[in-house]
Amino acid sequence: MTGPKVKRPPSGQFITTQFNSLLGWARKFSLFHYPFVTACCGMEYMSAACAHFDIDRFGAGWTRFSPRQSDMLLVVGTITHKEAPVLRTVYEQMTEPKWVVAFGTCAVSGGIYDNYAVVQGIDQIIPVDVYIPGCPPRPETVLDGLIKLQEKIQHQEHDWRWKKKRS
Amino acid sequence: MEEKTILERLRQAFPTGIRESGTSLGDEVVVIDKEILLPVAAYLKDGPGDFKILLDLTCVDFPGREPRFEMVYHFFSLSRNRRLRVKAQVSEGELRIASLTSLWRNADWLEREVYDLFGVQFEGHPDLRRLFMYDGFEGHPLRKDYPLRRRQPLIHLKE
Repeated sequence: MTGPKVKRPPSGQFITTQFNSLLGWARKFSLFHYPFVTACCGMEYMSAACAHFDIDRFGAGWTRFSPRQSDMLLVVGTITHKEAPVLRTVYEQMTEPKWVVAFGTCAVSGGIYDNYAVVQGIDQIIPVDVYIPGCPPRPETVLDGLIKLQEKIQHQEHDWRWKKKRS
Repeated sequence: MEEKTILERLRQAFPTGIRESGTSLGDEVVVIDKEILLPVAAYLKDGPGDFKILLDLTCVDFPGREPRFEMVYHFFSLSRNRRLRVKAQVSEGELRIASLTSLWRNADWLEREVYDLFGVQFEGHPDLRRLFMYDGFEGHPLRKDYPLRRRQPLIHLKE
């Protein structure tokens, strides 16, 4: 004798999710980054990007030296007023969706360079998603910032065609 | 005693233009009139001093002093392993001095830097343009009277 059959979804064969969270999951683990390296923070960027700390573990392993192919703009180092139009052009050349990381104190706020030449934080030029402090930041801090950005991407308030949701 | 001889020889060769001379931190220093800069430099390069290298060339701003600016030249002699510092004072009213580009090619960018940041005119320079700052930048930012907070952005900045 067998009891009445319980109807259950077969386990391990499909998952239920929302389309946007699936898309966020796909996007956050395939970040192509464009390193806009201008100063000494570049050493820490190299350390974070190369095998020792290995940013590829978090899905951001592909360095693209073309802004058109990249999703994440890493502004690594001091940005001067002379360089500001270049940075804005690079940002505008990137295709949506795109994210910006201010890497190091100089990119965050100008740092110790409070003078005639240096932009006091790149958020005066382009919108910034994640600020990574440190002079220069340790690679662990960089990875922490990357994870913060991934959380942000996971919960983006955009639809899949990258139009802002109207509230 | 070699250190003495180059200063003495300079004083012999230019009896009127040498204002003071001495040693500072182990190097010879000589302050000259700016009118004789070019002959002094030529004498240092090809004369007995054999200062074949122009190490650096810069400017100092002394606000409130007359003359206000002071050009500083550092020369180095490879054959004798000696350094020499030459200073020449330049007043704000007549802010010009001879260019050394005819003797040392590396004076080109060094003088452009000084022109950019201090506004000193170099007579005989082949291409006296700004080196660091951009076109349209007003003033000379390393002068002591350049406002500390003055910014001259090229594009519009968000607050």
